[in-house]
Amino acid sequence: MTRIGVLAVQGDVSEHITALRKAAADSVVIEVRAPGQIEECQALVIPGGESTTISRQMDSSGITGELVAAARSGKPVLATCAGMVLVSREIVGEGRFKPLGLMDIKVSRNAFGPQKESFEADLDVRGLDRPYRAVFIRAPVIAEAGGDVEVLARLDEGVVAAREKNLLALAFHPELTDDSRIHQIFLNMLED
Amino acid sequence: MELENLRFGTELLKRGFAKMQKGGVIMDVTTPEQAIIAEEAGAVAVMALHAVPADIRKMGGVARMADPTVIESIMGAVSIPVMAKARIGHFVEAQILEALGVDMVDESEVLTPADEFHIEKTKFTIPFVCGARNLGEACRRIKEGAAMIRTKGEAGTGDVSQAVLHMRMIQGQIRGLKGLDDLQLMEVARDIEADVELVRECARIERLPVVNFAAGGVATPADAALMMQLGADGVFVGSGIFKSENPQAMANAIVQAVHNYDDAALLAEVSKGLGAAMKGLDAASIPESEALQTRGW
Repeated sequence: MTRIGVLAVQGDVSEHITALRKAAADSVVIEVRAPGQIEECQALVIPGGESTTISRQMDSSGITGELVAAARSGKPVLATCAGMVLVSREIVGEGRFKPLGLMDIKVSRNAFGPQKESFEADLDVRGLDRPYRAVFIRAPVIAEAGGDVEVLARLDEGVVAAREKNLLALAFHPELTDDSRIHQIFLNMLED
Repeated sequence: MELENLRFGTELLKRGFAKMQKGGVIMDVTTPEQAIIAEEAGAVAVMALHAVPADIRKMGGVARMADPTVIESIMGAVSIPVMAKARIGHFVEAQILEALGVDMVDESEVLTPADEFHIEKTKFTIPFVCGARNLGEACRRIKEGAAMIRTKGEAGTGDVSQAVLHMRMIQGQIRGLKGLDDLQLMEVARDIEADVELVRECARIERLPVVNFAAGGVATPADAALMMQLGADGVFVGSGIFKSENPQAMANAIVQAVHNYDDAALLAEVSKGLGAAMKGLDAASIPESEALQTRGW
């Protein structure tokens, strides 16, 4: 049985777990909090939250190395919002923490401004037959993407969904809506 | 992008913002330097104030929204969300905070209430957090549009007992809804002066429909972990950090404690050598007229 781990350091962990259990009824979804758990998972989710907090706590709990190794070994990783910042190669104008460098993308944190600029939008996503209602909360964007990165969706400000091999990065929150088509794209990556 | 497809300030965006704070610590700060210490310690957000609750309590007089200059300087110093407090019912203070670009407003009993009515929070684009002592109060605030609830506790005391009381009260009242039929839920809603739809929803999902944080008297890593074990989604720390002997160490330790709230060995480790916690004030010794938690209803 497929085991999917949701990084449970900080952020909207339970929303991801609920969304995955709905989209993948035949999978086991677990919270990953301690070293040793990532090995048992076939796929991983890095949820939304505060990237500075998650980065710091991942290091102190000793799971950073395991997460990097799992991503490099080809296990599918879904990274939403703060997760997208964490998997990037570089953060624009940011020295607060070092991202994991798992995807060849350069990311701007909080690219739309404060919470009053957070928004919902109907987004055209490559591979989906009709628009996806996307929820952007103090969202980042991908300012630059390397040649191997496939752009899945974009807004005027930049790329908001992208895939590079086994990594799927989103600036928005598919776990906050009932539409599980994005989670389905992620689950299909398990078959690749 | 079709412009009419964009929507701002929806309930989903407001509650979603609050959900991103889960498992985190929100720290009261009064200067950009303190805000940087909070961010470096791993705080998920800061609350920008002109004085921490312990000092507000000491100063007496009318406590109001902080000077926008203070709030802007803190917003300029950190990348994490910045919250600020408005007086209960003072919707113009809230309008000003929204115009400044604050990420969330705390309609707070720590400040002197401006009205017997609370702010109509559904009218705002940005989300609000409000204090509550029981399920009725929590539901009334959610009905008015609050996207996050926190216990009131007794702010500025460093005495966690009131936060514990309020968290237990809300959790216990929700557990008490289990197995009730719809007529009985309607009766509960009448008794606690809450919207019946919200009471039904709490009964169905067995929790509040918004994030529920602990606040008001959290002063040590053990206090923070206690509130998490009691079911809080996260923790606000007011005076507890910058009124302690070593704020940086205390901030770090409280963040660690919230992330590892069920690991006693680690809690022991992070509790070592922090210097003195804030001196504090026994909440039971405060005359009712000076209690902050009885402000608002």
